[in-house]
Amino acid sequence: MKIAVLVKQVPGSESVLPILNDETWVDESLVSFIMNPPDNFAIEEALLIKEKAGEGEVVIVSMGPDRVKKTIKEGLAKGADRAIHLEEDGQIETDPLSISKSFSTVLKEENFDLIFTGLQSDDTGMGQTGVLLGEMLGYSTATLAMETDVQSDSIRVKRELESGWFQWVKLPMPASISIQSGLNTPRYPSLKGIMGAKRKEIKSIPVSEHRVGSKMQTIEKVFIPQTSKQTEMIEGDADSVATRIVEILKTDLKVL
Amino acid sequence: MDILVVLEDNRGSLHRMSKEAIVGAQQLGGSISALAIGDNADALASELSGFDLEEVITVKHDLVSSYNADGYAMVVQKVFESESPKTILAGHTYQTRDFMPRVSAKIDAPFIPDIISIDDGLTKQILNAKLNATVSSSNEQMILSFQSAAFSEESIKPGFCSSRSFDVSLDSSQVRAESEDPFQEAAGGVDLESADLIVSIGRGIEKEENISLAFDLAEALGAEVSASRPVVDSGWVEPFRQVGSSGQNVSPKLYFALGISGAIQHVVGMKGSKNIIAINKDPDAPIFEIADYAVVGDVLEIVPKLIEKLQS
Repeated sequence: MKIAVLVKQVPGSESVLPILNDETWVDESLVSFIMNPPDNFAIEEALLIKEKAGEGEVVIVSMGPDRVKKTIKEGLAKGADRAIHLEEDGQIETDPLSISKSFSTVLKEENFDLIFTGLQSDDTGMGQTGVLLGEMLGYSTATLAMETDVQSDSIRVKRELESGWFQWVKLPMPASISIQSGLNTPRYPSLKGIMGAKRKEIKSIPVSEHRVGSKMQTIEKVFIPQTSKQTEMIEGDADSVATRIVEILKTDLKVL
Repeated sequence: MDILVVLEDNRGSLHRMSKEAIVGAQQLGGSISALAIGDNADALASELSGFDLEEVITVKHDLVSSYNADGYAMVVQKVFESESPKTILAGHTYQTRDFMPRVSAKIDAPFIPDIISIDDGLTKQILNAKLNATVSSSNEQMILSFQSAAFSEESIKPGFCSSRSFDVSLDSSQVRAESEDPFQEAAGGVDLESADLIVSIGRGIEKEENISLAFDLAEALGAEVSASRPVVDSGWVEPFRQVGSSGQNVSPKLYFALGISGAIQHVVGMKGSKNIIAINKDPDAPIFEIADYAVVGDVLEIVPKLIEKLQS
């Protein structure tokens, strides 16, 4: 069982997000980066499958500039066996089709049985790379997996639908599957894992050698959302805040 | 045909967000057709007969009698190739996320998802909704999906719309996934969607033993209790109380958000609320962007005082 987990490095939820002067993205030199939180669940699910099978390989796959090595190493420290880094040098690609085409040319020869991704990335939130890649490689695909059950040449996936509905889908392998957050409890790297990660292979491949076709989707402008609402800030100690809320409930909203 | 709206069958009737997508299409302008797939295609088409669309194209085939990603992606590709719309539109539902990227790869056209506005370019939220971005396509043909409530279904333009059946030949070897029937777990005990007042709990409630505070406040107000996904995942409240993209969509007169940060997945399920009061420790919490009344403070200090005053 050979499982690839696509992992992305994204700005942390606590990070500052200063917008560049040309307004095309945030100033990454000031941003603190973390592993995209949903990807932790995808790595965990892959490691659990490998551990249950008692054999196999989990490969971290990531695209990005040199900084993403830190996130790749975190995946290796959690227990992945090796990594493939599609290294970007200049412009960071945000077009999912271009990204998936590059992944597909590099990953084709690996013949993975499974490709896992997180639900979506916390940065651009396009939520489609895993499915695009599956289609390009001719894999079957499923999204929002809440449970996985690997059988001999297929995988059963419990998909989350909306409003509390679910559905089991059986996919022949190879398959590309997005993992819903919350389905497992992601492990933290152990000290032994962190030490061991230093000896694991990270294969760096310049993404410039694998650009296919032209970019179709571009982020033109990044800006701070203008709130359409007039927000009243209620200030003071707990007691005066509570008093003001009661007043609002009574007189403004008339719900008491 | 300028725009093809791919409709979603919500167990026999039209998904609310499919109607919203039609409103989006009407605002984009041009000639609009809709595509209904599966056993319920005629029922979906008849729901649209009184609206301003060119036509509804219905596709029925054994391999797409009910939803599956392989079949849907192939059908949309075939209709696209035959009718050559410039834009394919859909609501940004879980189903759209499941099959639309496959269409994007098949027809080599970009899929710009989760759009919140088309007023000033195609706008989507990025970086946990802390920033917005306008996105453009250099390709003439593209796929767009709209976030829940990006358009109001009440704005749908009335008119007349016919339907036409479209024959497809599908190769059964291309439908690889075997889908079982959808099922519900722990069917809901409260009707949040029609609730007038909702007290909702987020991670800021900190501990399971504090959950009772929210229930006490709800009782004092005569409100229902809902929660964000992390609270449900912790097992602190029942899954049927979850509001958000994976839970229910609510639009109460008052949504009282206790310790809810306002992650985009939650906000899509409650931003239709008429009034929002939010209490959160983090002054940068995105919930404050959409709140009518904002309190930067500790839920655990303020709520007990509030209950006290409401009871006196």
